[in-house]
Amino acid sequence: MSFFANPNYDFVKWRWHAIALSLLVILAGAAVIMTRGLQKGVDFEGGTIVIVKFDTPKAIEQVRAAITAGVPGGGDAVVQDYGPSGSGSVMIRVRRTGQESGGELSKEAEGVMAALKKSNLGGFTVIGTEIVGPIVGEQLRRQGLLATVLALAGIMVYIALRFQLSFAVGAIAATLHDLLVCLAFLAFFRYDLTLNVIAGLLTITGYSVNDTIVIFDRVRENMRSQRRETLATIVNTAVNQTLSRTVITAGTTLLSVIALYFFGGEVLEGFAFTMLVGIISGTYSTVFIAAAIAIMFQGRKPVKGQVIPAAAPETTRKPGRRRAS
Amino acid sequence: MKNIRWKVFTVIGVFAVFFTLGVYPILANRYNLPAPAWLKAKQLKLGLDLRGGVHLVLRVHTDEALKTSTTTTSDQLREAARTAGVNLTAVTVPSPTTFHVEGVPQDKEADFRRVADDITGTNYDRNPGPNGSYDFTMRPNIAVQMRQQTVTQARETIDRRVNELGVTEPNISEYGDTGDQLLVQLPGVADVGRAKEIIRSTAQLQLKIVEAGPMSSQEALLQQHGGKLPDDMEVVPGAAGGDEAGAAFYLVRKTAAVTGQDLRTAQPTLDDNGRPAVGFSLTREGSGKFGKVTGDNIGRSLAIILDNRVQSAPRIDGRINDNGRIYGSFTQEQVRDLSLVLNSGALPASMSYLEERVIGPTLGQDSIRSGIISSLAGLALVILFMLAYYKRSGINAIVAMVCNLIILLGLMAYFGATMTLPGIAGFILTMGMGVDSNVLIFERIKEELAAQRGARAAVNASFSRVFLTLLDTHVTSLIAAAFLFQFGTGPIRGFATTLTIGLLTNLFTSIFVSKTLFEAALRRQPAQASLSI
Repeated sequence: MSFFANPNYDFVKWRWHAIALSLLVILAGAAVIMTRGLQKGVDFEGGTIVIVKFDTPKAIEQVRAAITAGVPGGGDAVVQDYGPSGSGSVMIRVRRTGQESGGELSKEAEGVMAALKKSNLGGFTVIGTEIVGPIVGEQLRRQGLLATVLALAGIMVYIALRFQLSFAVGAIAATLHDLLVCLAFLAFFRYDLTLNVIAGLLTITGYSVNDTIVIFDRVRENMRSQRRETLATIVNTAVNQTLSRTVITAGTTLLSVIALYFFGGEVLEGFAFTMLVGIISGTYSTVFIAAAIAIMFQGRKPVKGQVIPAAAPETTRKPGRRRAS
Repeated sequence: MKNIRWKVFTVIGVFAVFFTLGVYPILANRYNLPAPAWLKAKQLKLGLDLRGGVHLVLRVHTDEALKTSTTTTSDQLREAARTAGVNLTAVTVPSPTTFHVEGVPQDKEADFRRVADDITGTNYDRNPGPNGSYDFTMRPNIAVQMRQQTVTQARETIDRRVNELGVTEPNISEYGDTGDQLLVQLPGVADVGRAKEIIRSTAQLQLKIVEAGPMSSQEALLQQHGGKLPDDMEVVPGAAGGDEAGAAFYLVRKTAAVTGQDLRTAQPTLDDNGRPAVGFSLTREGSGKFGKVTGDNIGRSLAIILDNRVQSAPRIDGRINDNGRIYGSFTQEQVRDLSLVLNSGALPASMSYLEERVIGPTLGQDSIRSGIISSLAGLALVILFMLAYYKRSGINAIVAMVCNLIILLGLMAYFGATMTLPGIAGFILTMGMGVDSNVLIFERIKEELAAQRGARAAVNASFSRVFLTLLDTHVTSLIAAAFLFQFGTGPIRGFATTLTIGLLTNLFTSIFVSKTLFEAALRRQPAQASLSI
């Protein structure tokens, strides 16, 4: 069985359309983030989450009414079903912690529990709480940003060492593209930015580069066998040659992430969603963006008939290291 | 192909070892299968998010410890100066690391400096000001060292308290990038409120001789001293509420007869009226001091001060050497917890909570269930796809993938790595990525076969061509995983761990195991045999 018997699509021709489409999505995402803001979870913004399980399932509206009535500033609280509906579990999120108002950190959480007890919603048990004070929130925010930037820088250095610089730029552009698309979709679908989502974004960073490297490796290989071709042609051939691999690997990873999205439970939903968007965007950017950017950076120089610089690191490598090929 | 037998043996051996280490102990525990104890101990650890428990981040107020130290030093200097004939007119502590003295007469400056050198030594820098005043500033390196020491001491104290509480496998470690935070993780703790109180109570016990009081206001206390607080005394408020109506204040001696550090043990007991109290015994040094002070002050009151509040002030009826009781208005539970914290020693400074996450046991079980269901669903989907798309070669990829998962589990169990919910996600992702590598190889084999190579040659060429690509892709993912590990605590770190080990094992299984399977299958075939791919 084969999805693509002998693919010969002209991907490079479509690169401007692709870049335009990507920019559109990213700009739309930026617009949404600018007007509505990216919703930060308690991990990064600080705040209080209380998850309770009622003895008999209650309507969300009833719980919200109890919180609005019983907790100061409870009108802003987020109240939603937790886990499968009908399980009776409800998540209540208040955007503050007690510490900011001079009290104990858990003051808000206790306020929520008191309000639920006072209302006539029947018995409940608190099955989980998350309270993040402003100091830790700020710390996590800084660390999260730092980790992402450093990971990108580390990967870029590695690719620059292994390939030529224009490829590194292409790979990083594609990766940045995927991160931005993920953020845009997180904003579109109003997902909270949590620790798990950051983990997803970092995984996408690694994954997206993976995909790109496979094509670049092929380009490097083809540069030796197709010396007379333009870089655009070489790249196009490489993308076509690896097309079925690109699609299938994305497909298999997507299958496992879909399983995670549907069965992984509430905690992992944000992570799975990020991965889902990231994998699709990663495949798209691998085919349309990464190579296009690399060509753009290389394009100023004539490639035809030139001694191809990409081969340079190969020849300088000590004999024997590449004995395998 | 001569060494193919060895390769097959290696694969089976590796598989068997990791199955025994990682998977068998789990099965043995669950189904009561026979296994040696050391093997049974090699269980995969579950993180807080799966087991349920408490995750707390505390800030140690290190400034307090510095302030205490600076105040003590300034008091010592005042005493030493008095002995040397220099009566300082004012000693103030404007910040945790600085103190200011006034009133050194010009003709005594040399004496004062000598005394000051003795007391403040290398810890404080001295700057002379106008009119015989001096500023002392703690040296930065000493301050840093003292802050570090305070945090370490707090960690050790919490460690002892948590052990007394009977929590198994707690994690107490320094945390964050400000140098004054502590992470406390307590798996399986149900009564969070109590655990939080016990961890945080400073439990500074001081027994001091009462000079006057109790009285309802500070002014009343100071009246007999002309409204001015004598240098060697201080005012301490009584415990709020309880039996005492309204506020009460005591004038006590500054120097404590006994502090928490002199305690040997503390245990719950009853007072003469049958109410809960804490009985204590003193160390040899402590009882020497205590005996002397109580012997000298028979008939006066002794204030029992806990965290700067007088709990009770019983009359000293006779010399007490090494035993005593702390009573006030305590409940049974308070007495039990107080004994616990007194036994574990006082915290060097107070603390506040910065982060608090409680995962109930049911939430953890739900997470385990959804983790397992999604793993199995992912596994089934991937297996179905591989079989449909690659036919018999798909089996090859599946064997490599399962082998990968088993090695991953085995390594994690062996090194005592912690499995968290995001860790399970990492597990599933490893599955997806493992298949990735196989797809990369298989697609290459298809290409090589299309280029009219024989099956054996196609397989060999593909594996060697793809090796560098695989190396590159794995290294870049490892870079991302490494930063993830640096960044995260708890759950995220579990994800990074799983992903990292998974990537390494995957490199092994997709290259070595998968190739060996191909070679074994093609072993007896002619070079031009066909391949089901």
